[in-house]
Amino acid sequence: MALAFDEFGRPFLILKEQEQKSRLRGIDAQKANISAGKAVSRILRTSLGPKGMDKMLQSPDGDVTVTNDGATILEQMDVDNQIAKLMVELSRSQDYEIGDGTTGVVVMAGSLLEQAEKLLERGIHPIRVAEGYEVASRIAVEHLERISQKFEFGPENIEPLVQTCMTTLSSKIVNRCKRDLAEIAVKAVLAVADLERRDVHLDLIKVEGKVGGKLEDTELVYGIVVDKDMSHPQMPKRIEDAKIAILTCPFEPPKPKTKHKVDIDTVEKFQTIRLQEQKYFDDMVQKCKDAGATLVICQWGFDDEANHLLMNRNLPAVRWVGGVELELIAIATGGRIVPRFQELTPEKLGKAGLVREKSFGTTKDRMLYIEQCANSRAVTIFIRGGNKMMIEETKRSIHDALCVARNLIRNNSIVYGGGSAEISCSIAVEAAADRHPGVEQYAIRGFADALDAIPMALAENSGLQPIETLSAVKSQQIKENNPFCGIDCNDAGTNDMREQDVFETLIGKQQQILLATQVVKMILKIDDVICPSDF
Amino acid sequence: MAIERIFKDEASEEKGERARMASFVGAMAIADLVKTTLGPKGMDKILQSTGRGREVTVTNDGATILKSLHIDNAAAKVLVDISKVQDDEVGDGTTSVVVLAGELLREAEKLVAAKIHPMTIISGYRMAAECARHALLQKVVDNKEDAEKFRSDLMRIAMTTLSSKILCQDKDHFAKLAVDAVMRLKGSTNLESIQIIKKPGGSLKDSFLDEGFILDKKIGIGQPKRIENANILVANTAMDTDKVKIYGARVRVDSMSKVAQIEGAEKEKMREKVQKIIAHGINCFVNRQLIYNFPEELFADAGILAIEHADFDGIERLALVTGGEIASTFDNPETVKLGHCKLIEEIMIGEDKLIRFSGVEMGQACTIVLRGASHHVLDEAERSLHDALCVLSQTVNDSRVLFGGGWPEMIMAKEVDELARKTPGKKSHAIEAFSRALLAIPTIIADNAGLDSAELVAQLRAEHHKEGCNAGIDVISGSVGDMAELGISEAFKVKQAVLLSATEAAEMILRVDEIITCAPRQRENRIHAWKMICTSFHQGGNFVPILTS
Repeated sequence: MALAFDEFGRPFLILKEQEQKSRLRGIDAQKANISAGKAVSRILRTSLGPKGMDKMLQSPDGDVTVTNDGATILEQMDVDNQIAKLMVELSRSQDYEIGDGTTGVVVMAGSLLEQAEKLLERGIHPIRVAEGYEVASRIAVEHLERISQKFEFGPENIEPLVQTCMTTLSSKIVNRCKRDLAEIAVKAVLAVADLERRDVHLDLIKVEGKVGGKLEDTELVYGIVVDKDMSHPQMPKRIEDAKIAILTCPFEPPKPKTKHKVDIDTVEKFQTIRLQEQKYFDDMVQKCKDAGATLVICQWGFDDEANHLLMNRNLPAVRWVGGVELELIAIATGGRIVPRFQELTPEKLGKAGLVREKSFGTTKDRMLYIEQCANSRAVTIFIRGGNKMMIEETKRSIHDALCVARNLIRNNSIVYGGGSAEISCSIAVEAAADRHPGVEQYAIRGFADALDAIPMALAENSGLQPIETLSAVKSQQIKENNPFCGIDCNDAGTNDMREQDVFETLIGKQQQILLATQVVKMILKIDDVICPSDF
Repeated sequence: MAIERIFKDEASEEKGERARMASFVGAMAIADLVKTTLGPKGMDKILQSTGRGREVTVTNDGATILKSLHIDNAAAKVLVDISKVQDDEVGDGTTSVVVLAGELLREAEKLVAAKIHPMTIISGYRMAAECARHALLQKVVDNKEDAEKFRSDLMRIAMTTLSSKILCQDKDHFAKLAVDAVMRLKGSTNLESIQIIKKPGGSLKDSFLDEGFILDKKIGIGQPKRIENANILVANTAMDTDKVKIYGARVRVDSMSKVAQIEGAEKEKMREKVQKIIAHGINCFVNRQLIYNFPEELFADAGILAIEHADFDGIERLALVTGGEIASTFDNPETVKLGHCKLIEEIMIGEDKLIRFSGVEMGQACTIVLRGASHHVLDEAERSLHDALCVLSQTVNDSRVLFGGGWPEMIMAKEVDELARKTPGKKSHAIEAFSRALLAIPTIIADNAGLDSAELVAQLRAEHHKEGCNAGIDVISGSVGDMAELGISEAFKVKQAVLLSATEAAEMILRVDEIITCAPRQRENRIHAWKMICTSFHQGGNFVPILTS
């Protein structure tokens, strides 16, 4: 720890309790940071690609998650190191922005750090390395734009979208029925998409899962599925042409916010209050009935009396529906959420063609389907699967597929996958390096080497010889001037990714390179790490 | 600079081979744990709770055993989970699914040791599972059309399921009970309407099926004990003091006389309520909540049978059975639907009095009364019967039937073997391994029965080389027998679920190459955890704890 001295030669403290803090500076700090970043990326490296392996994560409560989604692994990893946390953030921001490629971005950042370490050892200043990376990333992103292709799709021609989603799903455990799931995801996205504005509101897609059945039973419901049943066991299980009152007030006597007491001191008062109470319940139900509702969906609970009155007046009702679901129902049925019985009018009711209750398995499990809604722009993907872990993993995979489909609707440019885009960028960056004056040249070349890490990891995970395969593909790309050659992970017998129909979105790939470069730059610029030592 | 710690203090990370070994060993230990309960001669396990009372459960139901264990190993949890799902979905085969998954992993471990990539093994397993399913599909028998044959199929399935349970001594009796009960459901899988009442005393043979509905409650004093052509009102309402529901109301009086007046008014209110209920023209009133002495007396005066405190399930079921609705307000007697039944009477089972509703409108519901020497026996009997009922109700919907006694496994193994011979490449090793794992099930059944498994399975294999063979293991005589003659059958749906979920679970565990365990949350002693300590020694003496104390 550095000590400072004042003009009389006495040491004084700069940092509070400085003897209890550990401090790393200069090249040591950079190396420590780099090695932490590399350690994180090493964990994810084996999950990359269609033959990537899964990770099993055990939470503090002992729940087990099995996944190969990069963002999920990092999120649940219980990371302590600061730099490792940055990598976790990196993968999360890729997840928020793009939704897919969360593993790739971390592997990319890891290999950039690895290259940076070599450059630092040769005495190149970290800032020069960072600048070189910046230049190189710009070249790579521009090159991606050049090799990207537009592809056409429409509501009738969804095949290209399905193909892209299948590429995403092929690396997940659900790849057994990737075709079905990809179709479900694409149909769901198209149902909620606004093709003219090129906008997709993913919140309108609800993903619901229930243990049991087969993965093949997963279905897309054009409507809402709620994990609730009718409040009274004898209410009708099927309502056609339902007019739905969506309420956020309970079927109970009112509870004014002001503190008050009602004193009962005579028999008359006791009786009036009793009559009042009965009338109150009666009024509530009557108001719903008067507005013309044939189904009541309520956020709160019902009193027994109210429940029976509803049953008696033949007005089916659902209670304890969560706020988010309530909003979705309101959107789907075109109804308004009504906070008070007085405000209930026929215009505020939602409409649905069919509401039905469906039961599952040998246990008493029921769910409510609201279908054929007035506004069919809200859909539900209902997942079935062997066990809870499978369902959770399927949910994550579907989310990735949905994001990919959304990105394609926003921007219909694609690049080919299987590492072909990275190899092509690497060649372009390598070529550009030679033309660049100054020390940055080395950093740019390092960047090109780092880009090779992704196809290398793909080949390694698929059981191929990484270096041999990569050099063969690279030379083929240069010889045939064909940027679509990639690693043949599925043993399909061809290197041309156009024939294998493996592609990814352009913005996803660009984002990967930009985000990884940014984080690496940030890590490289740190030259002093001060942290309280806990020993 | 050394590599920094990236995880928190107590978090741990296992990679590659070690991770795979930890999950293999964990999964296999779980499979070995329940293995001995498989088959008609399988043994039971005692589970002791660490909670107060040290309750003891004796069972050989795989799902129950696994549910009660407190497990630390991540892969073992996956297996426990599939057994639970099997229980929820089809109800039986909970042990088989775990054993098969364990065997698949045991075979996979050998292949991994022989340097075959897990992904190759998975794709081989997938092909094999698909092929095995096809083999079964070709051999299924469907007797849906012929009602008599179908019934005998159901009887056989019930007997096969029960033969491995505590009820095996009286399996004819119970199989008949279960089939009768399920046939009454007329195709619905809702087992809610079959009620099981356990009464200690007597022997298992004294158990019976009652066509009506039995409520484990007493009739109020001074009320009729027997009602014919009853009109029943099923209610969920407060019959103690009807409290004022308006928020913030309270009673404040300044003299004793006023208290008396209000009390009188309250009584009057209750009397009115009772009058309203009586006005429905009923002679039986069943309430979910308490009925105080005062209203009870009023009911007795009116000659109405009043039953209090029927729990919620009981109420729902009674409403379902008698066709009435659950009422909470009584102002409109003309619109409330009443339930009906021909006869209500008090019956005695052992020393307890129960109320029987017979001649109900909806013929679907029925009650099974189980009798037995002790609570443990009854609990286990209920679990066994539940398994049989689940399987039967599923079979009624999907009437495809297979033979039992290791026959389906042999059929599958044969087809899978053939596929292995046709498949080029490394996958064929995995496919072959799949067939070996399938063969392990008849082997375990024979081992558990104390038979020479190697000899028997080899004989069985030779028999199955012929076309259209019905040979399986006859545990009773200890030889290879004809399953059609012995009448051992199983439901196709159960076998299919076992095959598919076991493959899925094995696949899931195989795909893992790294286990990251977060620091466990600090917590006081888990009070209700079940105590069982089990460790397993892997080759090379690696010590892997499977269960925590």
